[in-house]
Amino acid sequence: MISLQSYLIISAVVFILGILTILYKKNAVGILMGVELILNSVNLNFLAFSKYIDAHINGQLVAIFIIILAASEAAVALAIILNLYRDRANIDVTQVDQMKN
Amino acid sequence: MGLISLAVFFPVIGALIILFVPKKNLNAIRIISAVVTFIPLVVASYMWSQFNYGMIGVDTESQFQFVEHLSWIPAYNIEYFVGLDGISFPMFWLTTLISFIAVFASWNIPKAQKGYFSLLLLLVTSMLGVFVALDFFLFYIFWEVMLLPMYFLIGIWGGPRREYAAIKFFLYTLFGSVLMLIVMLALYFNVQNPLTGGHTFNMLHMMQQSNHNDWLAMFDVRLWLYIALFIGFAIKVPMFPFHTWLPDAHVEAPTAISVILAGILLKMGTYGIMRISYPIFPDIAAYTSYALAVFGVINILYGAFVAMAQKDLKKLVAYSSVSHMGFVLLGLAVFTSAGINGALFQMFSHGMITAMLFLLVGVIYDRAHHREIEGFGGLAVSMPVYAGVASLAFFAALGLPGMTGFIAEALVFIGAFSVYRVLTILAALGIIITAGYVLWTMQRVFLGKLNPKYEKIEEINGRELFTLIPLAILTVFFGIYPIPILNLMKTSLNYLITLIP
Amino acid sequence: MIQTALIIWLLPLAAFVINIFIGKRLPRKGDWVSTGAIGVSFLLSYYMLFQILGNYNPDFALQASVPWIDLGETFKLNMGIYLDNLAVIMTVVVTTVSFLVHVYSIGYMHGEPLYNRFYAYLSLFSFSMLGLIMWDNLFGIYIMWELVGICSYLLIGYYFEKDSAANAGKKAFITNRVGDFGFLIGLLIVFTALGTFNLSDIHQGVSQGQLSGGLLTAAGVLLFAGAIGKSAQFPLHVWLPDAMEGPTPVSALIHAATMVAAGVYLMARLSFMLSLDAMLVVAYVGGFTAIFAATIAITQNDIKRVLAYSTISQLGYMIMAMGVGSYTAGFFHLTTHAMFKAGLFLGSGSVIHAVHHAMDKTGSHGDPNDIRNMGGFKDKMPVTYITFVIFSLALSGIPFFSGFLSKDAILGGTLAFAMSQSNPIHYLLPVFGFGAAFITAFYMFRLIIKTFLGQPQKPELYEHVHESPKVMTVPLMVLAALSIWFIYTLPSVNPMGAAGGWFMHLIRQPISAVAAQLGHPVYIITEHAEHAAHVNGIIISIILAFGGILLAFAFYFWKKVDVEALTEKIKPLYNLSLNKYYFDEIYQATVINGLLAWNNLLKWFDENIIDFIVNFSAKVVRVFSAFDGKFDNLVIDGMVNAVADMTLQFGRGFKKLQTGQIQYYIMGALLGTFLIIIFTLI
Repeated sequence: MISLQSYLIISAVVFILGILTILYKKNAVGILMGVELILNSVNLNFLAFSKYIDAHINGQLVAIFIIILAASEAAVALAIILNLYRDRANIDVTQVDQMKN
Repeated sequence: MGLISLAVFFPVIGALIILFVPKKNLNAIRIISAVVTFIPLVVASYMWSQFNYGMIGVDTESQFQFVEHLSWIPAYNIEYFVGLDGISFPMFWLTTLISFIAVFASWNIPKAQKGYFSLLLLLVTSMLGVFVALDFFLFYIFWEVMLLPMYFLIGIWGGPRREYAAIKFFLYTLFGSVLMLIVMLALYFNVQNPLTGGHTFNMLHMMQQSNHNDWLAMFDVRLWLYIALFIGFAIKVPMFPFHTWLPDAHVEAPTAISVILAGILLKMGTYGIMRISYPIFPDIAAYTSYALAVFGVINILYGAFVAMAQKDLKKLVAYSSVSHMGFVLLGLAVFTSAGINGALFQMFSHGMITAMLFLLVGVIYDRAHHREIEGFGGLAVSMPVYAGVASLAFFAALGLPGMTGFIAEALVFIGAFSVYRVLTILAALGIIITAGYVLWTMQRVFLGKLNPKYEKIEEINGRELFTLIPLAILTVFFGIYPIPILNLMKTSLNYLITLIP
Repeated sequence: MIQTALIIWLLPLAAFVINIFIGKRLPRKGDWVSTGAIGVSFLLSYYMLFQILGNYNPDFALQASVPWIDLGETFKLNMGIYLDNLAVIMTVVVTTVSFLVHVYSIGYMHGEPLYNRFYAYLSLFSFSMLGLIMWDNLFGIYIMWELVGICSYLLIGYYFEKDSAANAGKKAFITNRVGDFGFLIGLLIVFTALGTFNLSDIHQGVSQGQLSGGLLTAAGVLLFAGAIGKSAQFPLHVWLPDAMEGPTPVSALIHAATMVAAGVYLMARLSFMLSLDAMLVVAYVGGFTAIFAATIAITQNDIKRVLAYSTISQLGYMIMAMGVGSYTAGFFHLTTHAMFKAGLFLGSGSVIHAVHHAMDKTGSHGDPNDIRNMGGFKDKMPVTYITFVIFSLALSGIPFFSGFLSKDAILGGTLAFAMSQSNPIHYLLPVFGFGAAFITAFYMFRLIIKTFLGQPQKPELYEHVHESPKVMTVPLMVLAALSIWFIYTLPSVNPMGAAGGWFMHLIRQPISAVAAQLGHPVYIITEHAEHAAHVNGIIISIILAFGGILLAFAFYFWKKVDVEALTEKIKPLYNLSLNKYYFDEIYQATVINGLLAWNNLLKWFDENIIDFIVNFSAKVVRVFSAFDGKFDNLVIDGMVNAVADMTLQFGRGFKKLQTGQIQYYIMGALLGTFLIIIFTLI
């Protein structure tokens, strides 16, 4: 039987990969992927805890919600990135700094 | 609903009504404003006729008049507790009068009249509230509400540097309010309500030293609380060196707001000292009185010197206010009957005189569109009536006998001399300097050859005269016959000084 | 009698109120309102005078008061009327001069644009001056003291379009305020010590020794400071000559007869509380002013300025009399001086009026006040001339005129004082007095000669000069009649002294409260000294007065006249005039040049040093104010702005952290998380 720890370690590794992706990618799509990784690492945690500790269905429910959320978020983010591309002809996030002033 | 609430809240109801009047219906807005400020004046005058001169007030609820005492936020022992006594009534009545006059002084305000008049009426309500509140929390609310309309009235309808002035005013007074808030909370948690045993915001309970707990009885604590509260009030006075907001605010504010600012708002500082600081911390008041007297004298002389150097007429009047408020501080510092009565009388008198001066500056600014003293000259030729009224106001400002300012200053001098001889002599030097800058200003503006630019300047009109005449009449009347005002306040004030050890 | 006094006092106030508000719309611009009001006051004041004459009681006094300010136990102030012989006679003086000036002004001010306002101010002045006289407490006197000051300000600045007039008004008021500052402090000392402003109560308090020693002296000197300002005594006299910018009737009423005498009146009222040291200060200030102002008057060419300095000098006499304890003499001189000096001013007004009209007619420009534009007017203006001579004789102290009696009383008093004192330095006071008397006679006749006698200096003007209308000459005649000696000496008609007369009987020095403290009179004046002084005083003063007049004639009149013709005309004086004529060069080289140089020096001193100090003080105050203003702007405001700037700088610093890039933010969040984790682990 795989222990809870193994799940958590994997989840942590995936989470850190996601964070690093977000931090180091300049490409917006890459960042989006990093976000997906983080979300999925969280999902993994939920499922693992649901199985080992809760013994209820709650964790799995939340995981499904997160999947749905991730999907819609990806849709919205892709739309934004598409618009950004149309506007700037690239999707380098370091050049997107209108918020700074 | 009692008479006080009627007078206090009528203006704000008027403000709400104005919000529903179409923007273009200017006359309706003006008339509503005039009516809802006239009603408090009538109510206050009626209250004067019913006023019991024998009742002391100050720290005993049963000695207050027209009291309304309701529970408001019971969870925090906050009450709607208002009432009048000899300290507050003169200022209350003066506020209703000045507010009514301010509406007429704002008659031709150039833009966004709807907003202007609703804010003005809100301001009137909060000012009246400050003078009647006997619950510290209620007092603080009115005190803070006052800032908001004032900020917008200066910041939107003011002169070229209005934003700077409005922000300066707001920050300065807010700084004072924060200190006041700290003191209020310190008092709240350390004063016991003798009836319920809980905390209380009731000022009268705070004044009974037996309700203070051990922490609040410590000298150092009391001293720091007193100083914090005092700075809060001193900024409003304004006391040197906290006065620099005043000239800027005055110069930028529209005429009517200057009138209210100088006529009423400045007096709230000294009113607060009489109403709150003295009865709650009488021992500290006595301990710090010498410093207060010194600051009073500095105010008198410093204000007068600086006024003489001014080139802008409105600034000159503003600094003269600093100088004249110094007399209030000096009178407050001595705890003699003549001194403290002189101080309150000076508050009343200066309210009227400085209001007149600002109205007069407004009249000339409306015509010439500048206020440079040197830019005028010989106006007595083209505007004889205006020059006549202005001379009266200026003479009142220099303390000419037969006007209220003289009585007030004389009482302060008499009261102060037996306590602080040298300081009083220094303060009396102020009367020479005041005569100097007042006469010099009058000469530069009204006398000499008529500046050809102003040959055809329009004489003061009926509406402007209407704002000035009541004040002029009262200044002279109470200058010759000050008894009605002195009778109002002497009972309370004579009791107040007995509280000071 | 109190009611009469109240009516006398309040009528001018009513006239003021009417004239200031509706005077313009009244027929004749309301001059009849003011004149009528003061006329009734005038008649009623004579009614009062006859009442006190009927009583013939030196100790007559009436008092009535009502509560005014009442602040409970510690502070009560009553306002009331205190009528004694002093107040009644002063009332008569004021209403008389005021009424005559009102009448005179109908002619003099005819056609002025602000005619109604002029009369309103005159009425206000009369009201304030009468209040000053009648009120029973120092606080009330101080109130009225300030009010007459403001009336003076308004009337000096009547021709406010002229910068010189506006400046003069301001100067007058502010200079007076300096004196009033002393007055106020004096008041405060008195009130603090005695708890009252009422004159009778002060008398009682001082008698009981509640105010004594140095503080009493300080109070006396400080109250006297008010009189220094109001009565234009050295060193605050500078305003009075400038005050001549006002219309001439105003100069006559306010700046010669009444308001400037208020200082003397105050010292008379307060004489009971002057300590020995305070009295010496008063005496020396007065004596010095008397001679100081007189020496200036000699060099003036403006007819009104000569009279102004003369007024200062005469006021100095009165003040000196108060200081040496010759209370009656001082007040007597106030009364007689009011009449003839008002007359002199009105006479000069008549001349100025005539020259002004002549200038208008010929279209020439110049100063109508300048005596160099005059000369030889006596034939053109006989009434003015004759009355002017009478007034001048009175002022110079010539027997058979009122001025002789009063001036002699003062001089006798100072001489007696000096003879009774052990310290010979006090002979300075009679020297001041006699010196000034001599110079007075001299400059008055210089004025007369230059104005009325000799050849017309501007023949083209002379042709158009005419006598003034009746409305102006009648007051002159009345005042001339009031300058005759027996008016004041009845029932006696002795021209050499007023001792047996009603005036000397009714006005007696009040019992000094200071003497009550000391247990003996403030000044011990021996009977021998008093008698000797009186006799010697008469002799010396007559000699000096005539000497001054003769000197004036010698200088200004005969010098121009053909000696041969003169010899034939007035043989008895021939020898003397001849001698003068011979000594003219010597005088010219020594006395006159010396005197003129000295006078010029004093005039220069007056204009360049004393005026300079006043102006310089003003400048210093202005410079200091400017500095103060800078300090306010830069330092105090600077500190306030610095706080705001600091906040702004911090904001700018932190702003740099906001890169707008999401990765930095996430980095920040991560760092934060780690920090939190580390902290929780620790």
